Amino acid sequence: MSDYNFAYLDEQTKRMIRRAILKGLAIPGYQVPFASREMPMPYGWGTGGVQVSAAVLTPDDRFKVIDQGADDTTNAVSIRSFFERTADVETTTETKAATVIQTRHRIPETPLTEGQILVYQVPIPEPLRFLEPRETETRKMHELQEYGLMHVKLYEDISKHGHIATSYAYPVKVEDRYVMDPSPIPKFDNPKLSDCPAIQLFGAGREQRIYALPPYTKVVSLDFDDYPFEASKPNQTCGLCGADDSYLDEVIVDDAGRRMFVCSDTDYCEKRRSAGHRGRDAA
Amino acid sequence: MDGSHLQGGFADPAIDAARAFRSVMDAMARPGQIYTLQGAAPPQPISVAAGAVILTLCDADTPIFLGPNLDTPGIQAWIAFHTGAPFAGRSECMFALGNWSSLTPLEDFPHGRSDYPDRSATLIVEMPEISVNGPTLRGPGIQGSATLALPETVSFRRNHAMSPCGLDFIFTSGNDVAALPRSTEVI
Repeated sequence: MSDYNFAYLDEQTKRMIRRAILKGLAIPGYQVPFASREMPMPYGWGTGGVQVSAAVLTPDDRFKVIDQGADDTTNAVSIRSFFERTADVETTTETKAATVIQTRHRIPETPLTEGQILVYQVPIPEPLRFLEPRETETRKMHELQEYGLMHVKLYEDISKHGHIATSYAYPVKVEDRYVMDPSPIPKFDNPKLSDCPAIQLFGAGREQRIYALPPYTKVVSLDFDDYPFEASKPNQTCGLCGADDSYLDEVIVDDAGRRMFVCSDTDYCEKRRSAGHRGRDAA
Repeated sequence: MDGSHLQGGFADPAIDAARAFRSVMDAMARPGQIYTLQGAAPPQPISVAAGAVILTLCDADTPIFLGPNLDTPGIQAWIAFHTGAPFAGRSECMFALGNWSSLTPLEDFPHGRSDYPDRSATLIVEMPEISVNGPTLRGPGIQGSATLALPETVSFRRNHAMSPCGLDFIFTSGNDVAALPRSTEVI
């Protein structure tokens, strides 16, 4: 153990965050303001997610961190070791074994279960922010459920590109009430938000907002009757494990521009490979 | 004052509060499910569970309303020493503690505003027992439907009808805790 308080934050800060989490769970999809603290990492590296994780972790937890699906990137490795040092928690890279998973921009491929908590790192929590920069206005729009502007944006996508070109941070409506930004997850992950057995918590550090989805909450991706929502992904299979059902990253492998597609969820890909699955490009 | 109010806090505040919060969060996230709380020893007649909720969530930033049945110098001294929370009337509180009859009517508690529905009170309701033998519940956090014994149904239906504004309820008895957020529909 280190000389820090359990899970780094002081107790008063944790109480403040915990109260915000409870309000978020009671009003699914509503962004609860909270007094975000400076963390020992820059904004944009998961300060919101880290504060939410610090407020929910207990010493009995097994903690997993993924960054774009991967357990072994800088951000994931440092946040994992941060809580190993300050909260003395066990860590894991296995989705099934984890009780708390902090994520940047992905929902794991392996379905989540009742005992789990998924903590999202959120850069811009306000789904209407790029359409209306004034907080006073967006707050009023949420109050009055005035979400027409969001549909205009999706319509402009269709008129420009022939289809809804928004491919990540795809807006959703929670329990027929609040329009919510699911954080920049690919829209491939959107269907997993709804009716999920796990608790989903969203933390935006710089923007000082926390919001939440209790288990089994109805979450619908916005669309039109004649242009229904599609959870798209590259029409390829994973080069390493051959999976055709997981979200894929495109990787350039040499100077000649050769490329391959691989699972973005490293744990899912490794599990498949150790079960004997092989893709085209596997050595 | 005999100094007994100095006793009964969490033995290991950071860890005990972390564990207690998980039970409270699970309860709020899954209305109708019963969880347990421990580690607090509040003065009679406050339950262990209600004591743990107060130690976990209340501090100088959260005015508390005490139901008339609990508004005694001993209880005030315990809460003041362990949390530093100020006491307030119904309309200024963020948390309220008491049995059902001491908390009703609910009209005067802050229900939040339609632009800030989170600026509302959370009521910690002491119950004779927590049981799932009661009305049917539906809503976020519930797969299909759940049941929970409630002191009545009309107030909770009215509260849900105001959602996203409204009050959130934490029911406590002995070591047991369950919750009913405003998002839950009581059938």
